[in-house]
Amino acid sequence: MRKEIIYQLGNTYRDDLTVYGYYFGRGEKSACVVGAIRGNEVQQMYVCSQLVKTLKELEERGAFVSGNEVLVIPSVNHSSMNIGKRFWAVDNTDINRMFPGYDQGETTQRIAAGVFGVVQHYNYGIQFPSFYMQGDFIPHVRMMETGFQNPGLANLFGLPYVVIRKPKPVDTTTLNYNWQIWDTSAFSLYTNATDRIDEKSARQAVASVLRFLVRMGILRYTSHSGYIATVLHEEDLRNVKSDAAGICRRMVDPGQEVHRGEVLAEVIHPLEGQVVSRILSPAGGIIFFAHNQPLVMEGSIVFKIIKRLHE
Amino acid sequence: MVKTVVSVGLPVDEKLRIRKRTIEPEGSGGKGKRICIVTGTHGDELEGQYVCYELGRRLGEHMEHLRGTVDIYPALNPLGVDSITRGIPMFDLDMNRIFPGSEEGPVPEYVASRVMEDIRGADMCVDIHASNIFLREIPQVRMSEITAERLLPFAKKLNIDYVWVHGAATVLEATLAHSLNMIGVPTLVVEMGVGMRITLEYGNQLVDGIFCLMKEMGIWDGDVIEPKKPIISTDGQVGFVNANHSGIFIPHVDHWDSIHRGEVIGEILNPLEGRVEEVLHAPCDGMVFTLREYPIVNGGSLIARVLGGDYH
Repeated sequence: MRKEIIYQLGNTYRDDLTVYGYYFGRGEKSACVVGAIRGNEVQQMYVCSQLVKTLKELEERGAFVSGNEVLVIPSVNHSSMNIGKRFWAVDNTDINRMFPGYDQGETTQRIAAGVFGVVQHYNYGIQFPSFYMQGDFIPHVRMMETGFQNPGLANLFGLPYVVIRKPKPVDTTTLNYNWQIWDTSAFSLYTNATDRIDEKSARQAVASVLRFLVRMGILRYTSHSGYIATVLHEEDLRNVKSDAAGICRRMVDPGQEVHRGEVLAEVIHPLEGQVVSRILSPAGGIIFFAHNQPLVMEGSIVFKIIKRLHE
Repeated sequence: MVKTVVSVGLPVDEKLRIRKRTIEPEGSGGKGKRICIVTGTHGDELEGQYVCYELGRRLGEHMEHLRGTVDIYPALNPLGVDSITRGIPMFDLDMNRIFPGSEEGPVPEYVASRVMEDIRGADMCVDIHASNIFLREIPQVRMSEITAERLLPFAKKLNIDYVWVHGAATVLEATLAHSLNMIGVPTLVVEMGVGMRITLEYGNQLVDGIFCLMKEMGIWDGDVIEPKKPIISTDGQVGFVNANHSGIFIPHVDHWDSIHRGEVIGEILNPLEGRVEEVLHAPCDGMVFTLREYPIVNGGSLIARVLGGDYH
């Protein structure tokens, strides 16, 4: 393993931001894994740290197929993580909305350019991002329909689901999108946590990356075959909204099968305690996303259900 | 008349309400053209608040000259304005990157879709921004190259100093202005002043311009000023000055100064070690139309934009 500084930004009032890359193997740029780009993506950083630990052991055991290089960047924005901010510490801009970056531009454009200059040209790019809606997901691989996406490859992670969605204008400045545009097969892996550690899904995420590397001929390692993924399109997911605001008492979890009319959650009057609304399942299927905050706004998407799918 | 455009229940005994004031001649029944004045998309941009007040005040004093409908939306992101939050509180999301929104989407997208529906059909929209807390801007209208041909004649009526015609960027397709322009509502984006402050001089200048624009459209038939002739960015190239070191920025020029290539724009100082980290120079002869207001800078922080040319 080689630990290298891939980007550094000086600072007057606190320590410099130093972004480290961990290199394994030597040869063709085979795969690159990027963890926390936002300051609240603690789980994403944790997954990458565990991946670094595991790959180091595997490399020492000679498990890397010669001619392959793998790069892992556990954290890009720990300047924000250290002070409890999600976006860039000074101007609150989002590094994952600045790719491919610009080395003469503004601060987060420069960080993005510095990182992108290192992570591009890998055959496979794997990112652990987060979603702006606060909730729990079924672990899945997400791909954007850029015309370059390859759901067949996404299946090789062995996670239960692959979700394909159409990119929005705002997505065109993400790492994943730019990887794809610059000829890297890019995958976003979602575990079911962001600002807390979920050991179970972190282990699943590490295992899924190792499985992918084995299947792409980069690593010699015996891993469980995982799932044959169900491939979904974003429009296959049915949004379930809360028709009331208050305290949310969730009754079901991601991955659970539900039936039409089943009570998914109750909304409690925040001051008087009675149930003001019961959120019913509009269809049978499997819970893909579930709101995980104690409070809920009227009209919030509290669940996403994979329609007509059974365990 | 004050109307609620969209209302969403918050968890504890409160609603998020986006409100607008509709001003029209009594008994007109909404006949005539309609102009929408929107602001407060970014909660830390306050310059538009005074414009909304002053526009309403002047209209109220001379309703006899009003020939159409004026809709004033002071706060598209009311919780952000109230809490000094640029994005939408709770979501940490830039509201000007989610348009046109979605009726079926998450709350911010639903709210955006209701705003779009409310403005749909208007004959003109002026979307007022105030830079951010870091940069001070002269009163200007920004538009993309693809909308310039249609919008430039309107922008010239707004009594602003500068029109910046910039290249199209896919990410900007999610702005309110782009989304409205795409559904046939000509929308002018005004940038002026600085975040968290109100510059009365700029506010009054823009209100004068809105009356000129309304007169041009037949919404107003009272007296108006002769609008300023703005500098158009296509007249000269825009030069950018970014910091390469962190520290505190001390300007050596004033906003809107004419400047010569190589002249010192300012210095970045290190307060702890008592030294000058960097001296920043003008990239070309021209006029400083953007200048750093917030002193703390990182490597990359934007310091100034200079429009090349002679503007004495």
